[in-house]
Amino acid sequence: MGRYVVRRLLQMIPVFVGATLLIFLMVNVMGDPVAGLCGERACDPATAARLRHDFGLDQPVWQQYLTYMGNVFTGDFGTAFNGQKVTELMGSAFPVTIRLTIVAIVFEIVIGIVLGVVTGLRRGRPVDTGVLLVTLVVISVPTFVTGLLLQLLLGVEWEWIRPSVSWSAPFDELIVPGLVLASVSLAYVTRLTRTSIAENTRADYVRTAVAKGLPRRRVITRHLLRNSLIPVVTFIGTDIGALMGGAIVTERIFNIHGVGYQLYQGILRQNTQTVVGFVTVLVLVFLVANLLVDLLYAVLDPRIRYA
Amino acid sequence: MPEPPQPEQPQPDRPHISAGDRAAEDGAVAATGMGGAMDLAATEAESLEPAQPGGAPGAPERTRSLWSDAWRDLRRNPVFLVSALVILFLVVIAIWPSAIASGNPLHCDLAKAQDGAESGHPFGYNGQGCDVYTRTVHGARTSVTVGVLATAGVTLLGSVLGGLAGFFGGTWDGILSRITDVFFAIPVVLGGLVLLSVITSNSIWPVIGFIVLLGWPQLSRIARGSVITAKQYDYVQAARALGASPSRILLRHIAPNAVAPVIVVATIALGTYIALEATLSYLGVGLKPPSVSWGIDISAASPYVRNAPHALLWPSGALAVTVLAFIMLGDAVRDALDPKLR
Repeated sequence: MGRYVVRRLLQMIPVFVGATLLIFLMVNVMGDPVAGLCGERACDPATAARLRHDFGLDQPVWQQYLTYMGNVFTGDFGTAFNGQKVTELMGSAFPVTIRLTIVAIVFEIVIGIVLGVVTGLRRGRPVDTGVLLVTLVVISVPTFVTGLLLQLLLGVEWEWIRPSVSWSAPFDELIVPGLVLASVSLAYVTRLTRTSIAENTRADYVRTAVAKGLPRRRVITRHLLRNSLIPVVTFIGTDIGALMGGAIVTERIFNIHGVGYQLYQGILRQNTQTVVGFVTVLVLVFLVANLLVDLLYAVLDPRIRYA
Repeated sequence: MPEPPQPEQPQPDRPHISAGDRAAEDGAVAATGMGGAMDLAATEAESLEPAQPGGAPGAPERTRSLWSDAWRDLRRNPVFLVSALVILFLVVIAIWPSAIASGNPLHCDLAKAQDGAESGHPFGYNGQGCDVYTRTVHGARTSVTVGVLATAGVTLLGSVLGGLAGFFGGTWDGILSRITDVFFAIPVVLGGLVLLSVITSNSIWPVIGFIVLLGWPQLSRIARGSVITAKQYDYVQAARALGASPSRILLRHIAPNAVAPVIVVATIALGTYIALEATLSYLGVGLKPPSVSWGIDISAASPYVRNAPHALLWPSGALAVTVLAFIMLGDAVRDALDPKLR
């Protein structure tokens, strides 16, 4: 196990470097990082040259990247163009997005698994077909359409919720945005659980449990669920990183000032430091979540042994 | 069900792939920020791989091939028929939008801004006074074009690179796997925002190029896994023993038997790419306003949603139906190609 962890950690390094380098190149080489500083007008050449020199942008790209990464690992993500530290921006943005992600994950676990178990146990019945159709529709409708429609219906027409989330973004205001963010994954969790349950209901150990005369409830919770939920748990784990990165659309619709909002503003204003910093953290979150899920796999399923 | 061990049957598990890699693969699949449906496609396509030889042309007493069998199934599947009809209709109006909407989508009349439906303009007007019906019909062209071209690019690049990596293995395979890991670690919408925001071109090509750039690793992974499975079979060993060249083995023996999961994933991906284009256009980095796209229209309509919800609902509905049609088509094709479900 220890050796496996070390190997995975080593494997993470090239992926981390590659992903951050890719983003770094996209931002710094294809765009002009100084242009954002001068706002809407074009920079005066002398000022631009001076700024380039001050920020070290006249150095080769690999050197810029190394300097940047060196700073990141000492906790310095640089300064946004308005003078705010990027770490300060992160400090205000990440708690909001983490709350949003938690709401989304809770929805995935509660609704997704319940629906999956219900449909998996009643395969082929009307409930099953109905839920399957609904999941297909949910997967097909892009998140921004779902979000706008829910905002229109619940927020504007029926006035059940406030159409936009306040700056502090407490949990109760994040319920509908969380549902929107979770919607596609929710449908996926439902289908995954359903397949897994339906496969395992025919397994020998379930038949043995039934033959022993165990009550149905116990068969389902102790024997069937425990084995069927392994792929689901791993999916939800890896989804954490994807949800945090994918929150841009949801945060834009509901005006949530989280990671997606900061990133979007950073990109619009060509705020290089903000964009690269946030993306670096998101990539790290994604990689660590993946690693944890792989380790969890071994804990949940004793048949899997890592050499 | 206690089954006697059958020595000639391929193992139900994919060989050469450790549990850790599988888990990593499952995880990485979830990385595509957009893609619940892609995940779905990817995981469900995995079930195709080991099941291949059941319907493959290998059993002499069965003359029907996997493909003719699948086609026979598809023709009777109402889901397939409905989605195929919807797609056919979309393709027709994409090629020839003036057949059902003769107006000019760029013709707007501010005096009619946000007006509801009237005769000759069944969907009403949007915030700029443009006819929503005409724009919705004309929007099909960009969506279908982007979807088809991006899928073609992704499938070509992904299956060639993934197939070669799976077939030859070794260093190249290792490098390719690490490269795909890198691309999986970047959330799709985020990458699109970063990359496309610096491109000022006004055509559909940057969007297609971006989707191909971030989409090919998904396909290459599927193709690689499927080629590795197909490589193990006896008929491939037999061909090798007979002295067939690697290119002949790859093209004549492996490719036909490894292509099914790729087709399934590509079909479902087409739907998600259309959704992705709309999402990027909604965020303002995909296609830019003079082009007519559902994403642009939805984005433009969202500030007026209180007064003119119809301008939001019609393009959204068209988008949802289109994506749904492609995903259902992919679902139907997967069911038909998966012999386990027969």
